[in-house]
Amino acid sequence: MASDDADTLADLRIPADPDQLQRVRKALMSAATGVGFNAEDAGQICLAIDEALANVIKHGYGGACDRPIDMCIRRLEDGERCGIHVSIRDFGRQVDPSDICGRDLDDVRPGGLGVHIMRSVMDEVEYERAAEGGMRVAMTKWVR
Amino acid sequence: MSTPVKEVRKEGEAVVVVAQGEIDLRHSPELHKALVEVCSKRPKVLLIHLGEVAYMDSSGVGTLVEVFRRTNEYGGRMVLVAPTERVRSVFEITKLDRFFTIMDSEAEALGDDGGST
Repeated sequence: MASDDADTLADLRIPADPDQLQRVRKALMSAATGVGFNAEDAGQICLAIDEALANVIKHGYGGACDRPIDMCIRRLEDGERCGIHVSIRDFGRQVDPSDICGRDLDDVRPGGLGVHIMRSVMDEVEYERAAEGGMRVAMTKWVR
Repeated sequence: MSTPVKEVRKEGEAVVVVAQGEIDLRHSPELHKALVEVCSKRPKVLLIHLGEVAYMDSSGVGTLVEVFRRTNEYGGRMVLVAPTERVRSVFEITKLDRFFTIMDSEAEALGDDGGST
């Protein structure tokens, strides 16, 4: 992460349930606009985090809605610029981070678009295996 | 919101599906089910009105891609109508705006492709 001066805006645990997504997007929209993002960029941050959570629900936990997801939203300051950092941690299946990549968009088919969206709209997206099991993805976006 | 499908109606040889709300992992399965059911009747034109869809993620986009393929397979045509800026931007990010037929209004879509018999 590019800043040592980070303020935690939210630190929460949610169940891996699609019913949670709308509530999370609402909270993120509020956090992102509070940091200084315009409505369009805040909406894109919501989309990226939604995709990350959906990947955990579908692939990390295989649809088991009672499993936990930890999520931390922080405000970043780095000199004159500010941004938002969101980390999402699950306790599900581990995969090689180098295997997590977007696909060829010329191949018009359902699925596999979430990671492409995340990498397109956020400035930084980093996956890692968590030491105690599961995966962690950290995403950063700076106010333009 | 109780359902992502507000209305399904016939307009000549076209079927119009009016979607609504936030189409995410929670709601896209229901939209998928409704659209597959409409596709099974092989309408010449399947018009999906997105003007009341405030949000769509990749699960919703994936649903549209699958229906796009189904309609192409039987020789039909899928037209997306009046997507909001937020939904249109998801099509642009995923570069699906190059494949989907997107029109600004239902009248334009029906007039363009023989909605009337």
